[in-house]
Amino acid sequence: MLRKIRIIIATICFVLITLLFLDFTGTLHAWFDWLAKIQFLPALLALNIGVVVGLVVLTLLFGRVYCSVICPLGVMQDVVSWIAGKRKKNRFRYSPALSWLRYGVLALFVVALLAGAVSAAALLAPYSAYGRIASNLLAPLYQWGNNLLAYIAERLDSYAFYRVDVWMKGIGTFLVALLTFVVLAILAWRNGRTYCNTICPVGTVLGFLSRFSLLRPVIDISKCNSCGLCARNCKASCIDSKAHQIDYSRCVACFDCLDKCTKGAIGYRLRRRPASEPAAVGPVGQVAPGSQQGDAGEKGISRRGFLSLTALLASTAVLKAQEKKVDGGLAVIEDKKIPHRATPIIPAGAESLRHFAQHCTRCQLCVSACPNQVLRPSEKLKTFMQPELSYEQGYCRPECAKCAEVCPTGAINLTDLAEKSSIQIGHAVWVRENCVVLTDGVSCGNCARHCPTGAIQMVPSDPERSDSPKIPVVNEARCIGCGACENLCPSRPFSAIYVEGHERHRII
Amino acid sequence: METKDKKGMDRRHFLKTLGAGAVATTAALVGCNPRNNPASGDRLTGEVSADGMTYRTSPRGDRVSLLGYGCMRWPTRKDADGKEEIDQQAVNDLIDYALEHGVNYFDTSPAYVRGWSEAATGLALSRHPRDSYFVATKLSNFDASTHSREASMAMYRNSLKALRVDYIDYYLLHGIGMGGMEALHSRYLDNGMLDFLLAERQAGRIRNLGFSYHGEIGVFDYLLSRHDEIHWDFVQIQLNYVDWKHAKEVNPRNTDAEYLYGELQKRGIPAVIMEPLLGGRLSNVPDHVAATLKQRNPSSSVASWAFRFAGSFPGVLTVLSGMTYMEHLQDNLRTYSPLEPLTEQDRAFLEETAQLMLRYPTIPCNDCKYCMPCPYGLDIPAILLHYNKCVNEGNLPRTSQDEHYRQARRAFLVGYDRSVPRLRQASHCIGCNQCSPHCPQNIDIPKELHRIDGFVEMLKQGTAF
Repeated sequence: MLRKIRIIIATICFVLITLLFLDFTGTLHAWFDWLAKIQFLPALLALNIGVVVGLVVLTLLFGRVYCSVICPLGVMQDVVSWIAGKRKKNRFRYSPALSWLRYGVLALFVVALLAGAVSAAALLAPYSAYGRIASNLLAPLYQWGNNLLAYIAERLDSYAFYRVDVWMKGIGTFLVALLTFVVLAILAWRNGRTYCNTICPVGTVLGFLSRFSLLRPVIDISKCNSCGLCARNCKASCIDSKAHQIDYSRCVACFDCLDKCTKGAIGYRLRRRPASEPAAVGPVGQVAPGSQQGDAGEKGISRRGFLSLTALLASTAVLKAQEKKVDGGLAVIEDKKIPHRATPIIPAGAESLRHFAQHCTRCQLCVSACPNQVLRPSEKLKTFMQPELSYEQGYCRPECAKCAEVCPTGAINLTDLAEKSSIQIGHAVWVRENCVVLTDGVSCGNCARHCPTGAIQMVPSDPERSDSPKIPVVNEARCIGCGACENLCPSRPFSAIYVEGHERHRII
Repeated sequence: METKDKKGMDRRHFLKTLGAGAVATTAALVGCNPRNNPASGDRLTGEVSADGMTYRTSPRGDRVSLLGYGCMRWPTRKDADGKEEIDQQAVNDLIDYALEHGVNYFDTSPAYVRGWSEAATGLALSRHPRDSYFVATKLSNFDASTHSREASMAMYRNSLKALRVDYIDYYLLHGIGMGGMEALHSRYLDNGMLDFLLAERQAGRIRNLGFSYHGEIGVFDYLLSRHDEIHWDFVQIQLNYVDWKHAKEVNPRNTDAEYLYGELQKRGIPAVIMEPLLGGRLSNVPDHVAATLKQRNPSSSVASWAFRFAGSFPGVLTVLSGMTYMEHLQDNLRTYSPLEPLTEQDRAFLEETAQLMLRYPTIPCNDCKYCMPCPYGLDIPAILLHYNKCVNEGNLPRTSQDEHYRQARRAFLVGYDRSVPRLRQASHCIGCNQCSPHCPQNIDIPKELHRIDGFVEMLKQGTAF
């Protein structure tokens, strides 16, 4: 019964959180964005004391139900493990805890967080890892499915579905997500919750707390015949059936053992007296999956060499103002390339590069939610996987604050749209050499026409002659850095006007 | 000329839904032979008569089918590399079918379909006896680099080669009036091309010489004033039930077809009609107008009214239609096999319809693609046609307080992304104005694009208006 309840609630949470990463319409976020906000690390980074205290109390009452129900990465491993279990029954066995590894990783994690190396820490954080998997591996599939429906809808003259662009937002982050998924899937396939009980820093913290939980599975020695069925079905490998002991720091309260025991010897009961905690048993475990996992993280970082790939987009010759002798046809449009920005652009509401780096958990929820194809994970080492803006595919539109709405950590925080459109996240810079007014000899002004704040004006290029071609000038004081000018600039592959980010945002 | 894809869809859709019922009933009633019931029911779905075509005879004795084939909108397809190319097989099929059913006038130009039309038309026609068709082409020397006598002559000679003929039945000075008298001088008068073409007519390599007219009326009047000297064999004009009396309301630069046709009649010059459908806007009409037309005669297509209007004038030699789809061709063949001339009541009814049409703020784009390619990659006709489609379907919210604002907004925005890739939408128009001079309808294209872009912005931002 308890197990069934656990499975039902876990499934609902898991599906909804996954859909948060997949739903690009923003419909679901309005109802279920709290599911991301109750995740442990986001709540901690957001200094959301209420949620943190709530989770601590939850664990002290019921054990690590967080790991079995709320954590999407844990549930994902359960799904993999469940499929593996269909092929081979009773495949687990008790193994002693690797406490030195668990606390070592936790210590490193805390040091990384305090030292500001959040990107490194985020590699291990469970919710962030799941976010990357969902947004990098699942979202494209979901979007392709949607595009198929859009294709059909178009032919039925229905406006129910519309096409979305599917594109590689960051190869580094994609590879990290892929590697995380492969490693976790293998670990879960073979040994269940290995990651949660050896690497996961959240698991270690909650495991420490769950030793003192009020309710816990207990083996009734009078009924137990030491058949070992419970231990062989414990995905956390925490039941020592011979000693009739359960390692509560590793038990994720899945209740599988309760259902498995044919004698009804295991019950979920109140602790009666301060029992002698089963201390960490052997110092060295026979499997060393932890080292594999550490490897995975480092490998992920080393893949940053791929970051230059995104810039190497195939380019085709642009059709310049050709002589028009025949009718019809479409000019080839060259892809835009990312300009070199001295300071990265981060979303309005992120306050400053420092604040953002410290509060962002790199879960990619905002990247998934961005409807204008502006946000993408950074490929730079210092800010690896942290979202940043670039305007090749679109620009930060005035009516949208989706990133702030979904952010679970408060790294992006806006009160309303009016606030957003008055925050200066960067400023536009004009590049004389690229401006079509001068290179093609045509009149343009598309940047000025689309500037939402009127920061760009067109002035004669020759101050002496009022009829000379008009070039844009930027009033930096009014520019908010939304990138409309950069995105809509006809110059390709590099725009003649681009946005430089600001280290600290301000209201203008 | 009629062709937009969507219009095609609309009409086919219409044929399927409404027509299917008609077929079923008719078939049931008359034992699967709709011809047994010629009085009704067969205008939309019946068999196309092979020998019923109405013909007009020119002063020189040519027996020309009332339906002429406009070769500006031949079907294209993607080749193995994804590049657009002409679908020659489909062109052959359409031309074969048209000839079989009595169409014998084919009108092309060196500029049509990205310059591919002449060769494709020539190839398809060359499979038939030379005396079974009349072919018309034009001296399309719009670009300044082709104004010279040499370049213009090369264009003319190339037409003979591309069409695989040693004489051209109907040859036109193309788009007279665009660019005013100045363009006429540099394209045809100062370089001696008009004299050259007259000599070619003398030599028999051009059987009939004429011109097609768009734009400044002064140029039209000037060329007609020289009729006694030149003897124009025909003139091509834009004529339809909206342009007949309301050309100025659609487009201030245009002139009422009533005047143009009258001037030709006075001199006994046969008229070749272009834009009988106003670029498809008289077949893809606002729902309300469609209902009115259908109510008057449920068994004839919306387009057939426009064709009957153009064909009912006795001084009309042929009515051109740029038919991309077999269904359009069949529909038009039914209308003219034979022509059922409009009655006085019909004409009054169409005049009412024209006035109704003018209340809808569509942009007078005929999808001729003369403005294309836009050097900055915009798909200008697709943007304008999407806008018109939304006007016709009532998906253009007048204010954000409209009852159906939300549905209309979604239909407009989602449909916009479907009809035009984002990179080719109006927001990318820089206003360089290289397109406008090419527009035969004199649309201020950048102004319209910027207006549409502003409208899209309002919809996207959800601002009240």
